[in-house]
Amino acid sequence: MSSPDAAASEPILAVEGVEVRLSGRTILDHVSFSIAPGEFTGLIGANGSGKTTLFRVILGLQPAISGEVLIAGRPRVRRGQRIGFVPQKFLLDPDLPLRARDLVGLGLDAHRLGVPRPSRSRRALVDEMLDAVDARRFADTRVGRLSGGEQQRVLIAHALIARPRLLLLDEPLANLDLRSAHEVVALLARVAREQEIAVLISAHEINPLLGVMDRIVYLAEGRAASGTTDEVVRAEVLSNLYGHHVDVLNIHGRVLIIAGAGEDTDLAGHEVAFPKADGKTEIAP
Amino acid sequence: MSHLLTAIFAPGFFQNEEVHIALAIGAITAVVTGVVGVFTVMRGQSFAGEAFGDIGTTGGSGAFLVGVRPLLGFVVGNLLASGAMETIGIQRARGRDLATGIVLGASIGLAALFLYLATTEHATTGATVMILFGSVFAIASSTVPLILLLSVVVLGLMLALYRPLLLATVSPEMAAARGIPVRLVGALYLLALALAAALAAITIGSLLGTALLVGPAASALRLTKRPLPAMLTAACIGIGAMWLGALLAYDSYEWPPAGHGWPVSFFVVTLVFIAYLAAGLPERRHGSRDGMPDAPAPRRSVLDTR
Repeated sequence: MSSPDAAASEPILAVEGVEVRLSGRTILDHVSFSIAPGEFTGLIGANGSGKTTLFRVILGLQPAISGEVLIAGRPRVRRGQRIGFVPQKFLLDPDLPLRARDLVGLGLDAHRLGVPRPSRSRRALVDEMLDAVDARRFADTRVGRLSGGEQQRVLIAHALIARPRLLLLDEPLANLDLRSAHEVVALLARVAREQEIAVLISAHEINPLLGVMDRIVYLAEGRAASGTTDEVVRAEVLSNLYGHHVDVLNIHGRVLIIAGAGEDTDLAGHEVAFPKADGKTEIAP
Repeated sequence: MSHLLTAIFAPGFFQNEEVHIALAIGAITAVVTGVVGVFTVMRGQSFAGEAFGDIGTTGGSGAFLVGVRPLLGFVVGNLLASGAMETIGIQRARGRDLATGIVLGASIGLAALFLYLATTEHATTGATVMILFGSVFAIASSTVPLILLLSVVVLGLMLALYRPLLLATVSPEMAAARGIPVRLVGALYLLALALAAALAAITIGSLLGTALLVGPAASALRLTKRPLPAMLTAACIGIGAMWLGALLAYDSYEWPPAGHGWPVSFFVVTLVFIAYLAAGLPERRHGSRDGMPDAPAPRRSVLDTR
């Protein structure tokens, strides 16, 4: 799906043979993929498949025993580089003295030393961003006292205000109801297209992202398969990845991934398509 | 009227040079600990502050034994401790509290030995009370330049680190995404905390230093919802407690048992505690969602750019 132009230009993010072991367990097993500027990539995998660890490796917070990560061709995030990150779990102390607008403002200039100088243009930029995610009405509330969905929007505003070239989002849809999730996906897809932002968004559920992904990186058993959705979401590819038989069904434009029912089947496979691990097939409404 | 004033400000309070020094040092220390303490509370590192109190005791009493200024002992002890904490990363690991507890216990034991030796050798019985519980009235005027220097260093460090430290406190991942060296920022903050704890130790004693670091800051976090005003509030609460504590201690020379005066640190810590309780009151009355309208506005489409 990527145009010849995008393929020719330098990838904004290249993950090359990354291997991570945590307390003896292999979390990531030679994971490789790359993202071209402006590309919308879904990082799909069950809970515990290593998505958050992969983000920590990309951000330089988790060392890899082998392999490397290149961001715009360089081995680490440079100070003030325009990368946005939206973390998965965000449990803040409700007493943390930080309003939503302060956190969004930090997105502009947190890499600079010193105390921020309030200015009309800074405030206008923050207000504009808060409006963009419909967070204006709780702009003056402490971040720690907002609901999960409200915090999510503030975090997206924090990430977008610096006009990043690469936006990383760790399970941003997990806290949201289905309608909000679709709206978030639509917004991200539009912003990514308009501002040429490359997006890497992780999710345990593939369907909300189906229409907008240029590429997919599928994580299972520590290994990754990447390509276009059509290339990756196929029975042969996913069976190979999981190490046992997997069926891929297309039902009314939705994808259903059914891990084999053998006795040695890893239940984690079920969580990809079905939120319930009780083995019953269930299609999200 | 003048009678009342004399009753509150005992004669000589404003003329006494030791009082002048005490008020000035108390204010400076309160500003430094207030600024540093807000981050200590936000980062959940009050345990590290407590560890500095214990290890600082060893440093301070060791300094007393060899005959150098206690402040130097506090500073050196805390700097060594911060280096060790950074290396083995104990400042957050509450899970390793057993090993930590034993190390800190041993350091207090060492302090007990130092203080015993110091008091038998120099016959200065005041040493123990001074190291453990401090006395802002007993600070030699020759120590003042060092206190000023340390305060300027810590405040300068905090001012410079403010933005990166704030984001790293909220989320190390989000800070790393902006290319902020999270580990370095954390280590520099630990350095500032070590020096602030040394200042608190010389002012109200190594065992009580944490109270001055954490108390005003925790109260301030209940009163304001922005970081800079929180620091200012914490500094003001600290200054209030130090000054009122100094005044009460000065007045207490008239209290039974007359002629000795109660320890100033007792008053300061009690006032800090009262401030913390008082800061919780408005919260309880108004409920928890500050800044939120009672009825939520009707929801527009969640994410509409224009």
